[in-house]
Formats: sequence, C-alpha cells, structure tokens
Amino acid sequence: MNKILRKVILAPDIKLFEVETPPIAEKVQPGQFVVIRTHEKGERFPLTVADVNPKNHSITLIFQEVGKSSAHLGTFKEGDEILDVVGPLGKQSEIELFGTVVCVGGGIGVAPIYPILKALKSKGNKVISIIGAKSKNLLILEEEIKVASDKLYITTDDGSYGKKGFVSNELTRLIEERIEINRVVAIGPPIMMKVVADVTRPYKIKTIVSLNSIMVDGTGMCGACRVEIGGETKFACVDGPEFDGHLVNFDLLMNRLSIYLKEEKESLDKFRSDLNKCCRSTTDNQQS
Amino acid sequence: MPKSSPQKTPMREQSPKERIHNFNEVPFGYSPEEAILEAKRCLQCKKPKCMEGCPVEIDIPKFIEQIADGNFREAIRTMKDKNSLPAICGRVCPQEEQCEKYCLLGKMGEPVAIGRLERFIADWEAEQDEIEIPEIAPTTGKKVAVVGSGPAGLTVAGDLTKLGHKVVIFEALHKPGGVLIYGIPEFRLPKAIVGREVEYIKKLGVELVLSYVVGKLKTVDELLEEFDAIFVGTGAGLPWFMFLPGENYNGIYSANEYLTRSNLMKAYLFPEYDTPIVKGKRVAVIGGGNVAMDSARTALRLGAKHSMIIYRRSKVEMPARNEEIEHAEAEGVEFHFLTNPVAYHADKNGWVREMECIRMELGEPDKSGRRRPIPIEGSNFKSPVDVVVVAIGNSPNPLIYSTTPGLEQGKHGNIVTDEATGKTSKDRVWAGGDIATGAATVILAMGAGRIAARSIHEYLQIT
Ligand SMILES: Cc1cc2nc3c(=O)[nH]c(=O)nc-3n(C[C@H](O)[C@H](O)[C@H](O)COP(=O)(O)OP(=O)(O)OC[C@H]3O[C@@H](n4cnc5c(N)ncnc54)[C@H](O)[C@@H]3O)c2cc1C
Ligand SMILES: Cc1cc2nc3c(=O)[nH]c(=O)nc-3n(C[C@H](O)[C@H](O)[C@H](O)COP(=O)(O)OP(=O)(O)OC[C@H]3O[C@@H](n4cnc5c(N)ncnc54)[C@H](O)[C@@H]3O)c2cc1C
Ligand code: SF4
Ligand code: SF4
Ligand code: FES
Repeated sequence: MNKILRKVILAPDIKLFEVETPPIAEKVQPGQFVVIRTHEKGERFPLTVADVNPKNHSITLIFQEVGKSSAHLGTFKEGDEILDVVGPLGKQSEIELFGTVVCVGGGIGVAPIYPILKALKSKGNKVISIIGAKSKNLLILEEEIKVASDKLYITTDDGSYGKKGFVSNELTRLIEERIEINRVVAIGPPIMMKVVADVTRPYKIKTIVSLNSIMVDGTGMCGACRVEIGGETKFACVDGPEFDGHLVNFDLLMNRLSIYLKEEKESLDKFRSDLNKCCRSTTDNQQS
Repeated sequence: MPKSSPQKTPMREQSPKERIHNFNEVPFGYSPEEAILEAKRCLQCKKPKCMEGCPVEIDIPKFIEQIADGNFREAIRTMKDKNSLPAICGRVCPQEEQCEKYCLLGKMGEPVAIGRLERFIADWEAEQDEIEIPEIAPTTGKKVAVVGSGPAGLTVAGDLTKLGHKVVIFEALHKPGGVLIYGIPEFRLPKAIVGREVEYIKKLGVELVLSYVVGKLKTVDELLEEFDAIFVGTGAGLPWFMFLPGENYNGIYSANEYLTRSNLMKAYLFPEYDTPIVKGKRVAVIGGGNVAMDSARTALRLGAKHSMIIYRRSKVEMPARNEEIEHAEAEGVEFHFLTNPVAYHADKNGWVREMECIRMELGEPDKSGRRRPIPIEGSNFKSPVDVVVVAIGNSPNPLIYSTTPGLEQGKHGNIVTDEATGKTSKDRVWAGGDIATGAATVILAMGAGRIAARSIHEYLQIT
C-alpha cells in the first residue's frame, strides 16, 4: 500500500513522488488533496494530488520541504511505503466551459494548478498559464504546463528566467491589454493569491484560489482549517479548499498559518540534528 | 452477614497534586478484595431497579453476586452477554444518571458502585492470559460494511461476526475507536484499553480498514454493490462554534481539535511526537459537559496555571458526569458559572489575549427542562486568556448524508432511524449512535449498535 513508484527531484527541496494508491487514483478529481502521515509519531498533513496515472493506479504528489514532516517524507526512496495516505479529500474544482481562463501558479502552487488547467483545457477552455518562482532553479513543471496550455508566461522574482517580477504583474499586463478573461484560478503562497485577487477585483473577474490552511483530520471534524469567506467561517478541508478569492480574509489565513512557527522550528531542528547524529546518509542526494 | 457500609467502597486514585503533571489514568481500580467487599453491599433485589437504568439491560445483580462469590470468570461472561465493552462503560458511563441512579441502596446512602465493579471485572479479565473468544456461528456468506469504528460500529461488527457474517469496518482516521480514541483523554480512558477491545473484535474475525473516508473514496451506494447491508456509525464529529467576533484568532480551538491533537496525535509528547499544540497559561474552556471537563483537565496537564470553565448556566445544570466535575474541582479547575463569552480580542499578531464575557441569570425552564440563561445587560467584563477551547457541542457529520441519496435527515442534521430496528429510510442501510441521536453516550451508541445488529441479522436470514 502507498508504495513510491517513482521519485524525482524537481528543484532544490522540491520532490515529486508517484505513489501507488489504487482506490484514490480511481476517484480523485482536480483540486482534491490527500492527508499523509509518514511514521507512527508523525503529524497529519495535506498534499494536493498533482496528477493521476490510471495505468499504474497511482497519484503524483509534489511537495516542498519546509518543515519536519515534509523533510521526512523527502527522505523516502523508491519502493518505500508511506504509512498513511487518506483521500481524496476536499471538493473538486469547478470545471466548466468558461471561455478564457488564466491559471496562475506561484512556487509550489504550480503543482496543484496543473491538474486543474488540464481539466479546464479538455473542457474546451482557452487556457493561459502564468507560472513563477523565486528563481530559475525553483521553477517546476514548465514543460508539462506548456504542453497543456494555449499560452504560457513565466516570471521569476530575480529575473533569472522569463520576465523579472511576480506572476501578478503578468496578469495585470494581460488585463491591461484587454484580453478577454472569463476566470482566473490562482494557487501559490497566500500573499500571492491575495495580490492576484486584488488585481482582478476591480475588473470583477471571478478568481478562484486554493487555501492551504493548517489541517489535522481533513474531514470536517476539528475546525483547525477554518477560514473566513465573506465574513463567514468555513472549514477549508470540506467546504474548500477552493474559494472565491474576492471573499477570502487572507490576513486571517496568514495569521493562522503562523500559529506553530516556534514548534515547527523546534521540530525541524531536532529532526536535522537527529539525522546528522544517527545516519549521515545519502538518502537525500539519491537522484532517480 | 455483617452490616454493610452506607458508602461505596472507595477507589484509590492518584492525588490531584501528582496527577495534574501526568496523563496517566486517575483512579487505580479495585483490588479483588475491594471488589468483593463492594459486591457484598448489593441487596440482590428480587425486582432489581438498577437494571431499568442500564440501556443494555445487563443482569446487574447476577454479575455482582458472581463477583461477591469470587467467581470472576462467570461474572465476565454475564457481563459480556450484554455488553461487549465493559472496561470502557465501567469508566465512562454516566452511572449516576443510569444504573446507579435507580439502585435501592441509593435511597439510604450511596448506591452500589456498579460502574467500578464493571470496570474491575473487565480489567481482571484483561490480566488473565487468555481472553475467551465466544463461539462463532458457521459462516453465512453474507457481507456487512460498517462505517465508523466508534462504540456503535464496534458493537455491530462484533455482534454480526459472532452470528457468522463477514464484517468490514471502514474508518476515516488512522486509528480505530472513534471518540474513545480521539476525544476522551488518556487520564480518563487509557488508549491501551480501547486498543484491547479493538484487538478482541479483530480476533473475532472483523476486518478493519483504516484511513478510508466513506463518501469520498466509495459512497454508500457503491459499497451496497459489494455488501448485503451497511451500518452507518459515523458519530457527531462536527464541532460547533459560536461565531463570535474574533473567534478565529490564533489560540482559539474547538474542543475536537484540542483533544484530537492531544489524544490521537499525542501532542502532549511534542517534540517526540510531531504534532504541536499551544500550551496556554490562562486557558478558558467554554461549556459544561464531559467534553469541557476533559479539555479543562487536559489544559492543566499541558501546564496551564489557570484552567477555567466558562459556563452559561449554574452548577446544577452542568451536563458533565459528577465524577468528572469532582475530579476537575479537585485538580484546581476554576469554575465561572452564569458567564458567557461575547467576543475575543487579540494582540497585533492575531493571538487571542482577552475574552469578553457577559453575566447571565436563569429564567424559565426551556425545552430541555433546564432553566434558560438570559444575559444581564451591561454586565460585560474582560478577562485575560491565551488559549480558548470552545466545547459547546458537536453535531452529526454531514458527509454520509450529503453523498447518499435516499437517506432521510432529521432536524439536527442526524440520520433518521427507526428506534426499534435502527433502519434508515434507505433499503439495506442501518444507522445508530451519535449520527442518529446527536451527541449522546457511549452506552447508548452501543445499545443502538446491538439493536441494529439484531435487525440486520434478521434481514440477512430472509435474503
Ligand atoms: C489543501 C492543501 C494542499 C496542499 N498541497 C501541497 C502540495 O501539493 N505541495 C506542498 O508542498 N505543500 C502543500 N500544502 C502545504 C503542506 O501541507 C505543508 O507545507 C506541510 O504541512 C508542511 O509540514 P512540515 O511539517 O513539513 O512543515 P512545518 O514546519 O510543520 O510547517 C511549515 C508551514 O507549513 C504549514 N503547515 C504546517 N502544518 C500544516 C498542516 N498540518 N496542514 C497544512 N499546513 C501546514 C504552515 O504554514 C507552517 O508554517 C498543502 C496544504 C493544504 C492545506
Ligand atoms: C471529549 C468527549 C468526552 C466524552 N465523554 C463521555 C463520557 O464520559 N461518557 C459517555 O458515555 N460518553 C461520552 N462522550 C460521548 C461518546 O463518546 C459518544 O456518544 C460516542 O462515542 C458515540 O459513538 P459513535 O459510535 O456513535 O460515534 P463516534 O465515537 O463518534 O465514532 C464515529 C467514527 O466514525 C468515523 N467516521 C466518521 N465519518 C466517517 C466516514 N465518512 N467514513 C469512515 N469513517 C467515518 C469517525 O472517524 C469516528 O471514528 C464523550 C464525547 C466526547 C467528544
Ligand atoms: S453499562 Fe453503564 S449503565 Fe449499564 S450497568 Fe454498566 S455502567 Fe451501568
Ligand atoms: S438495585 Fe442496587 S442493591 Fe438492588 S440489585 Fe441492583 S445493585 Fe443490587
Ligand atoms: S482539518 Fe479538521 S476540520 Fe478541516
């Protein structure tokens, strides 16, 4: 169960796992996620399903190592099994014929946007993609997104590749060039989604964002993931994770994402020092 | 016979001073001598009133007499005849509202400590080398799916397996037991005991599939293609909030989250375990039920200097078990009655720092028979807090209902069932426990499981 069939290092600290999970692979829809636990004492954390391979009965997970749990997952090798993979969770993306859709992905957010843009495209939409990263070596899935989109624009914060600047700048440019845009889907760091929502708001372009709030169960039982949408409390794991970006209280989201900063640092430091102590292993460098 | 004591034989327990620094179980349980002494207090009534108070009709005088005779093996058989989870019920049943409330001895002094004896006999059995596996009927070839592994689901699964049916339990979480594992804390119900009961059910032949969310992976209708019948025991897992200004500030939890982090994820052992929890110094718990007591006592064990219960009615209306209230008081939990929060205030980083409350007074009795709390205008006051736990209740989880056409839903989001059989409005689907009644008790969930199992068995025999 949950065997890792393929491991690819996409960028420093960003890894792709193809995981064999027959029942999930059969059911999952764009926009949905799974909750993972890597070991008996581990925490539960969500990752979006970035792709499905029906032939292998597998799903693709792409994750950035930002703390203990994701770093631990990163040490897994091909053939290893992930302790728990629960899903598919959350609502699926709304996939209709909208006309022209701009898909905006920032950083690790490029991964979750990929299955959505593929689905939008196969529904007959014209899909314009804007993807970006801090710098060239952190940009992921460029080839895949290029193939799946009608048009692709790339930005990097430092200008090392594509246009220098933020994905939101490109979106602003498209809007100002008066290209007809019927919908925007934006996934990335909260601040990026907030800026994108601010860009589209005056033009009343419907903008969908995917909220990465902290979760525990992922089934609506705990309320850890609560977010404010149009002044109402919602649970991101069951009512979302996608919401109308113009209604999201992003400041609250960002606040709540910082709840455990102190503990997360303690946990990661301990993990790194344990790793150094016991097994200066090569697991991390293993390319495949 | 020597004249017996008007009081229950006391149960030894960890002292409050000691126990607020650990998560170990508070009472130690009876020794065989203490159990026999207590059992001998029972009058062996011809018309035992106590049994009327037990939702699963345990033959109480019989098992107590067997204990008094030192015949523990027989006593556990009598018990298991009606109750497959005695180690759990003995610990968490609200006995003062049930069996012990009706005990004749209670009219003159304290009732027989039925719960403690139940716990004793179950723990005694667990200490023996071999747990007896009852006879399993020859296989019928019929398959039943059980959704949820709380007390309701475990009971249905055990009963139907004994009758020869193949049962598969699907559980959303990574550990079985429902509220017993994620909600009720270790110091009240050690997780090893829940594990033991689950092992027993597995030994009977029940198959357990964890991390499987029915409705998301397969729907009830899809399961009906593979199974002859389905029992839904998904509990009341949806936490209520009060939707007050500031309720989403950092440091404000639902009791479900607070207790799940601590119990299921073992956050009290962070960083050995990876899941963190905010350890407040001044913790306010909103509510007056078992869930609130559990949260307030957990807060103390996580290091709170002040753990406060904020309850809008007065002490007599509190729905928590007496024993939990007494334990909480002994441990130093501070009770603020006739008080209700109206807003929360945060520092500039979005962390809750103050709770604004209003004083209440009691008016006429409401539908529940308890006097209705009414806010006293202009009585607002503020109090510093750094963690708040909202423990005002839970309602049934809507996931199954919303993914299963043909299920009738009740007023409170519950699944409507026929009380005598557990049948839902949908063919071949039964339900019971908190999903049908709303948040209730372990023993009622078990009782509902038992009723449904009987009805499912009848149905399977005629098909
Ligand atoms: C629906 C959803 C889909 C996601 N999809 C992806 C994805 O495809 N790829 C990816 O790299 N990341 C994804 N994330 C974020 C990912 O869950 C976090 O990066 C991960 O939990 C970090 O855990 P950690 O222990 O490694 O880091 P930590 O040190 O624990 O935390 C680092 C930061 O991650 C966030 N975080 C921590 N714990 C959780 C948690 N239990 N749930 C959610 N966020 C948390 C917080 O902002 C925290 O400050 C997704 C989050 C959500 C809610
Ligand atoms: C903190 C707390 C303290 C309590 N204290 C007491 C007490 O002292 N005494 C007492 O008698 N009662 C107490 N109760 C109440 C008692 O625990 C419940 O009434 C009882 O557990 C209900 O049992 P159940 O089987 O109906 O549901 P639950 O125990 O809630 O179990 C339901 C299970 O179904 C699973 N599930 C839900 N949805 C799905 C799905 N779609 N697919 C698969 N699985 C699913 C859940 O994960 C869960 O494991 C307490 C409750 C809480 C929360
Ligand atoms: S199951 Fe509960 S109500 Fe019944 S005898 Fe035991 S403690 Fe009393
Ligand atoms: S009512 Fe009390 S005294 Fe009478 S049989 Fe029951 S437990 Fe014993
Ligand atoms: S993660 Fe627990 S309710 Fe959403």
